[in-house]
Amino acid sequence: MPGRIVTRRRLLPVLPALTLVAMLGPVVAGLYGTVLPAFGHLPAAGLTGPSLEAMRGLFDWPGLPRAVTLSLTTGITTTAIALAIVMGLVAGWSGTAAFRVLERALSPLLSVPHAAAAFGLAFLIAPSGWVARATSPWLTGWDRPPDLLIVQDTWGLTMTAGLVIKEIPFLLLMTLAALGQTDAVRARTIAASLGYGRVTGWLKCVFPRVYAQIRLPVYVVLAYGMSVVDVAVILGPNTPPPLSVQIVRWMGEPDFAARLLANAGALLQLALVIAALGVWRLAERIVAWAGRRWIVAGRRFCGDRTIAAAALGLSATAAFAIAGGIAVLVVWSFAGFWGFPDAMPDALTLKNWMRHAAGLGDALTQTAVIAISVTAAALVLTIGCLEAEHRHGLRMTRRGMWLLYLPLIIPQTAFLPGLQTLLLNAGADTGRAPVMLAHLVFVLPYVYLSLADPFRAWDVRNATVAAALGASPDRVLWRVRLPILLRPLLTATAIGLSVSVGQYLPTLLIGGGRVSTLTTEAVALASGGDRRAIATYGLMQTAAALVPFALALGIPALIWRNRKGLQHG
Amino acid sequence: MKYLALLAAVAATPAWSQADPADWDAVTSAAQGQTVFWNAWGGSTTTNDFISWVAERVAEDYGVTLEHVKLTDTADAVTRVLSEKQAGTDTDGAIDMIWINGANFAAMKEADLLFGPFAEQLPNWQYVDVDGKTVQTDFTVPVEGYESPWAMAQVVFVYDSADMEPLGSMQSILDWSTANPGRFTYPQPPDFLGTTFLKQVLVDTLDDPSVLQSPATDENYDAVTAPLWDYLDALTPTLWREGRAYPATGTAMFPLIADEELDLSISFSPGAASTAIANSELPDTVRTFVLDKGTIGNASFVAIPYNSGSAEGAMVVANFLMSPEAQARAQDPDVLGYGTVLDMDKLDADQRAAFDALELGVATLSPAELGTVQAEPHPSWMTRIADDWVTRYGVAQ
Repeated sequence: MPGRIVTRRRLLPVLPALTLVAMLGPVVAGLYGTVLPAFGHLPAAGLTGPSLEAMRGLFDWPGLPRAVTLSLTTGITTTAIALAIVMGLVAGWSGTAAFRVLERALSPLLSVPHAAAAFGLAFLIAPSGWVARATSPWLTGWDRPPDLLIVQDTWGLTMTAGLVIKEIPFLLLMTLAALGQTDAVRARTIAASLGYGRVTGWLKCVFPRVYAQIRLPVYVVLAYGMSVVDVAVILGPNTPPPLSVQIVRWMGEPDFAARLLANAGALLQLALVIAALGVWRLAERIVAWAGRRWIVAGRRFCGDRTIAAAALGLSATAAFAIAGGIAVLVVWSFAGFWGFPDAMPDALTLKNWMRHAAGLGDALTQTAVIAISVTAAALVLTIGCLEAEHRHGLRMTRRGMWLLYLPLIIPQTAFLPGLQTLLLNAGADTGRAPVMLAHLVFVLPYVYLSLADPFRAWDVRNATVAAALGASPDRVLWRVRLPILLRPLLTATAIGLSVSVGQYLPTLLIGGGRVSTLTTEAVALASGGDRRAIATYGLMQTAAALVPFALALGIPALIWRNRKGLQHG
Repeated sequence: MKYLALLAAVAATPAWSQADPADWDAVTSAAQGQTVFWNAWGGSTTTNDFISWVAERVAEDYGVTLEHVKLTDTADAVTRVLSEKQAGTDTDGAIDMIWINGANFAAMKEADLLFGPFAEQLPNWQYVDVDGKTVQTDFTVPVEGYESPWAMAQVVFVYDSADMEPLGSMQSILDWSTANPGRFTYPQPPDFLGTTFLKQVLVDTLDDPSVLQSPATDENYDAVTAPLWDYLDALTPTLWREGRAYPATGTAMFPLIADEELDLSISFSPGAASTAIANSELPDTVRTFVLDKGTIGNASFVAIPYNSGSAEGAMVVANFLMSPEAQARAQDPDVLGYGTVLDMDKLDADQRAAFDALELGVATLSPAELGTVQAEPHPSWMTRIADDWVTRYGVAQ
């Protein structure tokens, strides 16, 4: 017995270090594996550097200026628009009934995988999409779809729209979590009593404090928007594609020179993201300077109603775009022949689902095994870290928060190619285990972020009472703390599962094509354009991410049906 | 002769553990219980379904487990094997079989990445139409038994007969597209079918396409391809989306026809349109045509990487793919609609009956109507043309 306690004591303080290694190890290793080939050093291919050959090749690629521009514009525009909408929404509507409705609608939309949302959007707004079908020919006069470049447009506008609708729920959730720590209600009341309009008052008093809290999530959105691959493949332009897509293409070419180009491109992608973060930071300063003058000037109203109405309209549109996208996926998955401009298919059939049943089953099993193992590992590490913090006072510093966000901010396309090359050299490149490790890099931060606040907010007096009754620290954890925290635990689990389900690039690159999940299958189908197949896989992928959220809501209500105080964790 | 082939096999492969293709009993017994990872393009539901069926059948008959690794691009598989070779993974690599032809085959063969020769030792090779079909050269590159054929393909143009009439040449396609802008496109090169379209333009516009049978040289490349670029400069502004976006693959164009976005498209599978009509992916007014001078045709093959740990299992699958049973199923337009590689005269009456019983499908041309099959140019043309296309039309539009 005493021996066991000693090992526990030794194990627990190690967990935070282990967590950092699990999270940052692959990132650092991957960056290292990227830098060498980027400078022409790839001994496996008989190339020894350093040389600038790869860099020269990259800059000789005629598509580079466009690809780089696209990466920058989609990332920055996505972040700015999504942030503006969320801030306008919270400023104009927080605390109202409309806000609660939207809040409830947007949260489950957060778990809809990016790829599924992108497919849905494409099926909605393409010239032959559902919107055009529903309004043709009676409203538009179109007997045939117009020859308009909407999806895959040269400027990446549709891709930006697809990213914005998915980032609004994310930023909204982050903002809601931050609001609790900003004393927003009282600040707003005081502003209102001084005669400030709802939006103006909020922007002047609360926004600076909220923004300080959500700065890192905003950076995540910026980095993600600049380097996303799956959404770009589905909605983005192709002549040329954004840089991230081109990197993945080079990774796939048989020629080793192309792999060097890919790594050089990955390094450029990283530099771009760092530069964009720098520009964003500069913009923060400018906005802060201008904002301070604006606050001091003391104007009480600045288009309050317009901003509030626009923000509500746009976020409702985003919610409808995702929900409508899912709906059109449902219709396509049951569709017989469906010509233009019919609003609905000629016939509804189960044939598509039956046809794909076996493949869907395999992919679902693979997805579930990976997601469940990775989430379980992430939960163990997270709870271990938080418990170590509780028992030994190993508190996460501000720098620690940066480390937590690092895997989310460093673009996937920057370190995954290098990681694949490294794993390949180590001979450990295929199969499920490396894919799981790669997923853990992205799942861990989200699980940690979602669990940390409720875990820390837990009333420690419960532990004191339990200890006074003779319970050991372990017993307190297992029998008191975790049961009380059931709801946040389940929410963290659901988030972990949905993050793992949605991973495209880590599964593709690290799995070497041998690990087929719902996401990789769905994106692979995108090239074939078979909408019925895409719809079934996209829906299955959505379900795999949504069902855990439903369970996370339902299970506490069921288990604590006679413990009202515990139902909301 | 057999002894020579055997010697060649032993000499060509450092295949200490891989069974000799000529000893079929040894192959099947070694194959028992093996898992074969077949890397094949996964964007087509009908192909995927066919591969699932093959998996069931080889599991039943030979105890081989076949796993379909769905690729978006065959080049991914080539990279994989190349990386493995560079990393020294010389046994039990990730890939056991690849659906391959053309430039990818040429690259792998040249880099010694292939197991073999094995194809001509397979029992079902006896039925293959060696004289009538291009199964022993692949884009002019001699196959020499390093890949085994399983389907014949030929370029056909897919059109909606409700909207247009068949056209006889590339020039008339350009004229039609100019008169009906936005109604035609082709998959974005370097997609396989997209580059095939470019080659088809070249073959149809050149007075003497035989120059394409030898490798492209720096001296003749510009002059030979000049008519192609002139053609594309004229065609591109009349394309769907004015050539600012292209469908990713050939199958991605079928929904666009169903949507009435396109009237004309291209396919490498003469039966694919009928199959798509049967699956309610195309309207039943869709038909196909070929050009007056004929269209490009080639064979699809499967190859086995040199480092496959399940080469025997892969040979069993390759052999099964050439069986009359699998070939008849692949030709069924309700299943796949691919052309067979077999010679009907080499089959017995029962085997032939399965083929005779097939309805070709409303949109499929008969072998006579398909007309002349034009030879594939040497892969060097395709590689250079695809690269040039990307520079001219694929970036910075």
